[in-house]
Amino acid sequence: MLRLPPCEARFPTSIAEAVELKAKYGPEASYVAGGTDLYPNMKRRQQTPYHLIDVRRIPQLDRLEVDADGGLIIGAGVTLTRLIRDGRVAAGWPVLGQAAATISTPILRNMGTVGGNLLIDTRCNYYDQSYEWRKAIDFCMKKDGEICWVAPSSPRCWAVQSSDLVPVMVALGAEVILVGPEGTRTIPAQALYHNDGIEYLTKKRDELLVSLRVPAMGTAKATYQKLRRRGAFDFPVLGVAAWIRPNGGGTVADARVVIGAVGSYPIVSEAAAEALVGHALEDDTIDAAARAAAKPAKPLDNTDFTIGWRKDMVAVYVRRALAALR
Amino acid sequence: MTSEPIQITKRPRKIRGTFLVNGEEHDVTYPSHKTLLEVLREELALTGTKHGCELGECGTCTVLIDGEPILSCLALAQAYENTPIETVEGMADGSDLHPLQEAFVEMGAAQCGYCTPGVLLAAKALLEDRPAADRQDIKDALAGNLCRCTGYIKIYEAIELAAARMRGEQAEPAREAFYGR
Amino acid sequence: MGGRAVGRYGGTVGSEVGEVSTTDIPPYRPTALPPFSIIGKPLPKIDAAAKCLGRTKFADDIVLPRMLAAKMLRSPHPHARIVSIDTSRAQALEGVKAVITGSDMPNAFGILPVSQDEHALEGDHVRFIGDPVAAVAAIDEDTATQALELIEVSYELLEVIGSIEDAVANPEPQLHDYADDGNLHKLVHLEFGPVDEALERAHLVQEDLFFYEGSTHLPMEQHAAVAEYGGNRRLTVWSSTQTPHYVHRALEKVLELPRSRIRVVAMPNGGGFGGKSDPFGHELVVAKLAMLTGRPVKICLTREEVFYCHRGRHPVIMKVRTGVTADGTITGMDFESYLDGGAYGSYGVASVYYTGALQTVTYQVPTYRFRGVRAFTNKAPCGPKRGHGTPQPRFAVEVTLDKIAERLDLDPAELRLKQLQPADSLTANWLKIGSMGLRACIDKVVEGSNWKTCFRNLPYGRGLGLACSSYITGAGLPIYWNSMPHSGVQLKCDRGGGVTVFCGSTDIGQGSDSILAYIVAEVLGVEPMEIAVVTGDTDLTPVDLGSYSSRVTLMTGQAAIQAAGRVRAVMVGPVAGKLEVPAERLVFAGGVVFDAQDPERGMSFAEAVALTETATGTVGSVGSYRPPKSPGRYRGAGVGPSPAYSYSACIAEVEVDPETGIVQVPRVWIGHDIGRSINSSLVMGQVEGGVYMGLGEALMEEMAYRTNRNVTHKWPSMLEYKSPTTHEMCDVTTYLIEDPDANGPFGAKEAGQGPLLPVMPAVANAIYDAVGVRIDEVPMSPPKVHRAIKDKARGKEPRFGPSGTPTVRWPEVTYVPRPVDGGDGKAHPRPEPAGTGG
Ligand SMILES: Cc1cc2nc3c(=O)[nH]c(=O)nc-3n(C[C@H](O)[C@H](O)[C@H](O)COP(=O)(O)OP(=O)(O)OC[C@H]3O[C@@H](n4cnc5c(N)ncnc54)[C@H](O)[C@@H]3O)c2cc1C
Ligand code: SF4
Ligand code: FES
Ligand code: FES
Repeated sequence: MLRLPPCEARFPTSIAEAVELKAKYGPEASYVAGGTDLYPNMKRRQQTPYHLIDVRRIPQLDRLEVDADGGLIIGAGVTLTRLIRDGRVAAGWPVLGQAAATISTPILRNMGTVGGNLLIDTRCNYYDQSYEWRKAIDFCMKKDGEICWVAPSSPRCWAVQSSDLVPVMVALGAEVILVGPEGTRTIPAQALYHNDGIEYLTKKRDELLVSLRVPAMGTAKATYQKLRRRGAFDFPVLGVAAWIRPNGGGTVADARVVIGAVGSYPIVSEAAAEALVGHALEDDTIDAAARAAAKPAKPLDNTDFTIGWRKDMVAVYVRRALAALR
Repeated sequence: MTSEPIQITKRPRKIRGTFLVNGEEHDVTYPSHKTLLEVLREELALTGTKHGCELGECGTCTVLIDGEPILSCLALAQAYENTPIETVEGMADGSDLHPLQEAFVEMGAAQCGYCTPGVLLAAKALLEDRPAADRQDIKDALAGNLCRCTGYIKIYEAIELAAARMRGEQAEPAREAFYGR
Repeated sequence: MGGRAVGRYGGTVGSEVGEVSTTDIPPYRPTALPPFSIIGKPLPKIDAAAKCLGRTKFADDIVLPRMLAAKMLRSPHPHARIVSIDTSRAQALEGVKAVITGSDMPNAFGILPVSQDEHALEGDHVRFIGDPVAAVAAIDEDTATQALELIEVSYELLEVIGSIEDAVANPEPQLHDYADDGNLHKLVHLEFGPVDEALERAHLVQEDLFFYEGSTHLPMEQHAAVAEYGGNRRLTVWSSTQTPHYVHRALEKVLELPRSRIRVVAMPNGGGFGGKSDPFGHELVVAKLAMLTGRPVKICLTREEVFYCHRGRHPVIMKVRTGVTADGTITGMDFESYLDGGAYGSYGVASVYYTGALQTVTYQVPTYRFRGVRAFTNKAPCGPKRGHGTPQPRFAVEVTLDKIAERLDLDPAELRLKQLQPADSLTANWLKIGSMGLRACIDKVVEGSNWKTCFRNLPYGRGLGLACSSYITGAGLPIYWNSMPHSGVQLKCDRGGGVTVFCGSTDIGQGSDSILAYIVAEVLGVEPMEIAVVTGDTDLTPVDLGSYSSRVTLMTGQAAIQAAGRVRAVMVGPVAGKLEVPAERLVFAGGVVFDAQDPERGMSFAEAVALTETATGTVGSVGSYRPPKSPGRYRGAGVGPSPAYSYSACIAEVEVDPETGIVQVPRVWIGHDIGRSINSSLVMGQVEGGVYMGLGEALMEEMAYRTNRNVTHKWPSMLEYKSPTTHEMCDVTTYLIEDPDANGPFGAKEAGQGPLLPVMPAVANAIYDAVGVRIDEVPMSPPKVHRAIKDKARGKEPRFGPSGTPTVRWPEVTYVPRPVDGGDGKAHPRPEPAGTGG
């Protein structure tokens, strides 16, 4: 049986208590919510915090409500299942449920939280392996080793941002609320990520993710298209989130196309947005946007499937996403 | 040979807690790093809960918390103290099998039987939520429970049979399920 | 009871029995003809309720007082010499009770007598990442794990043989010195009839290359074993094994303890599929640790370690040349297979032969040549996975036939139907075919799928594909040379009417325990639930060779029929005497023994037992089974013969997304010739499960390695080794064809492996029907299909598959004249080919 390393949990009931505990134990501690990302990693000894600060008993993290401006407040501790089942979310932000329902399995979604999903570790199949396996390849830069086996001459780690909600939150222009020992910050979801497999978050070590705010959709529409091997369990090897605000005349007033799982951070395709704005969603426009979006995607050989095919699929999936918004 | 005994560097600490399993209270002293799976199997001898990966990748370790299925291999036991937990051992009523268990027996839905406890509990949660679940609902609800033996088909048929009976219908297995076309 | 039981018919039995003679009672002959009272019925399995209640004890569920936990240290190098191992620090760790290494268990073992090449712990040469080198027993698993980190092993790295091409190119460094040639473990060259002449004269010779990727069993239960060494110096090992008998033998050899002092108990397996058919190092290790510590020791492997145990499907490159006449009749076949065997022998010698043995049993192949090679490589050892060695060549044959049908503009179903191997015949390679129900299987799936209208007529992107197959119902020869029975059954009847069946077989989920109960119940006319079944325990049960090669139902079934028939034969005398009816008129049914002509004249089964016990003493019997001798006498003839062959035909429907290459299989129609269902519900379950596993192999399962980085297994996890979920599993329409075989119990043949075989080629053929590209490789993953579709659009060959075979020096041919040549089953010098100028 694969077991956790020695560890012990605390169950703070307020944000302040949680942040205080985290600051106190520093690198020996980790926040944990559903644990569906952290515990497998701990069992593989990718992370070995002793003190676990379980955030699920903090009431503020359990909020799921619509604020005065029509924005959706999602507490970081809301489970994926709850997000999927919530009537207000389904009515106002259907893409959230659509994307969340593609995450792993229904059972895991009863445990996994929205906050945890936004913060999951980047993935790589040289890294998501047991300690013994990693030892057999002499480890890699992300943990215990020196070089990157995916790109041996590269100075950086290329582990993949593999969350399904991240591209969607970025596309919807969500904001995240972080509370740390130095106070509270509200930043755009996009600004939470950093293009590096190791330092993939801009969140400071002790900051607690309290909640997200997703603006009202208004007239906008959004969709998420996920590519993976099986209809359950599997992480995305490509995730395309597309958000479009039409203007009255049937053309696109504003657009965001975000590609997940082909880099260490969610790739926002400005070029695709440019190709769309001011045009109607005709085949040609969609094609142009899809080609533009596919250009910067550089899948590397560290997930399921072959890289050439994954690269080819970017344009196909962007096209399908945009077509779904017609 | 070294004569000095080497101390365990990372000795797990033992803690005390109460687990409410299948309606019974158990006071347990257990290592703080144990998962719910380990506490059930190793501290409470409830070995009906199985494991196939311990990484959240197979669904074999499924148990119900407040009626909802979770993966006990990814649940730190500490977080589930004083919470109603149901395992496969709690499904039957005395010697009377739960209608799902009954239907699984009848349809041959358990081949090796290793995925069966997890599948039964996931199915139980589904039927409590949706008594009229159809084939697609069942497929969706069981997408997180791998079975290598059955191809899932006898499992679907058994759940449908149990669901109908639990709704009070007089249901019998289809002939094709037993004899083919 | 005092020897008296109150009879159901009012009288008292168990006393006043006159003189009875048991000598002239006719022996019980089971009939293959219905009606049956139990046989064929979809009864619940006898252990089903326990499984659904969570009460079935699997090996890892065993807890014994003072039990220790064991862990094994495994090699992080694919190929190395062990220079030294220092276990002193581990030994000194608090809580550690014993540490052992290869030098503690130096005797080699292996499943085949010709491949005794494994050690419980390798002492000086490690051959793949995951090869075990040391083991620890400690008070708990955490401590044992920590102790492993304190063991220091120094290795001298050796050049790595990463692939079959590597093995061909590099005879050195050798993985094993007993290999046929360098790193080529086994080379086979067989010929039956003048193949070259047949191909030369053929109207068309279809030549194809195929690659079938390796895959693994992935039983949901990870292997576990518990050992205890009692104060009486007897050793008990409980294990999740499919073959307790072979574990018994390996323990004797490695521990140097007589088998009479070892008890092996096979626990119910949480899935096996062939993956628990070898004796494994961990079973030997816990035994040794239990002996050293005097305490029970348990090991349960992690999922990653299960991948290292492997023994799964061999990756095989194949080349097949098939000669046909203008109407598609096969005139000859020349088949080559190249198996990447991994680091150890396992069943590998049999696996090579199996890739060449069963090509001839479905369609008539009048001339046939087979060349096969198995290489040693520094990867987890391959072995027998469901279908052992035959899914790969079956894929090749069925796809090649589809291509032939296409080229000759024939219906693939018709092409097959016109040249089926006849029932009760001998094949060119001397396999004896009994019942043969493939025609009915094909007819059923053709009709059910609406093949005649849909094939070649569905819109682009959708397609249908047909393939057939056959599989053995038990191997004709045992694994080690002996003439003893392959299966033994012992029966004990209780005065209360209960019957206990003892048999060495192992239930791996297929329901073999229940089969024993049904068969005995049928013969003795009692209810299956009144039968207690004790299996897989070398102290209690007579030997059965194990749950492999689809042998269990047929062989234990025949042994059970014999044992039950003997009990019946003993009982009829006293009963007939008492009832004053002729013995041959007695019927055993419904828990009663009665006169066929006057059913009112009878007594309960319990009374009959009591009466017999009074007359002749304790009521019990034994039965055993040995397969018939096969006519083949050439070297290699041992692989392929079987008492009976099952047949399957499958049509798969696919939907191919041409833009992505993603293939979905909404539905499969499958006809399976089961001979006779002992329990039709169990057969349905096996067929559906076989389709499932076949679908996984067809579309996604892959035992992949990273050769750029140390020949590591690419993804030894359940997340990355893709097993289909409910979303991928197709609907299955099953047709059970009953064509009873004279050798089967009540006519039964196998169902556990055969139905998997046609699925992969049916999917491949359906992909061609859908989008016009040939995927000559398994798994047919989206990138391959996408690539072939793109190539087709660019005017290139619309195919994805291998482009060549390794270059191997084949050994001298073993030429075997066929039955039609008037051969005697033995090898003879090849006659000079006529008309080729010699
Ligand atoms: C088999 C399997 C399949 C999966 N498939 C998918 C998939 O398809 N798509 C997908 O997106 N994900 C997938 N996941 C990943 C993961 O389970 C989910 O993303 C889940 O939502 C994570 O949430 P959690 O609450 O369990 O995270 P946790 O494991 O609790 O936490 C994840 C990380 O976030 C930190 N954290 C959590 N909450 C907070 C907080 N409030 N403040 C600060 N830090 C915090 C933790 O310290 C940890 O580093 C899969 C996981 C498994 C095991
Ligand atoms: S991308 Fe490179 S450094 Fe990062 S986890 Fe993978 S192998 Fe390691
Ligand atoms: S044991 Fe596999 S999901 Fe928990
Ligand atoms: S019945 Fe064996 S894994 Fe499901």
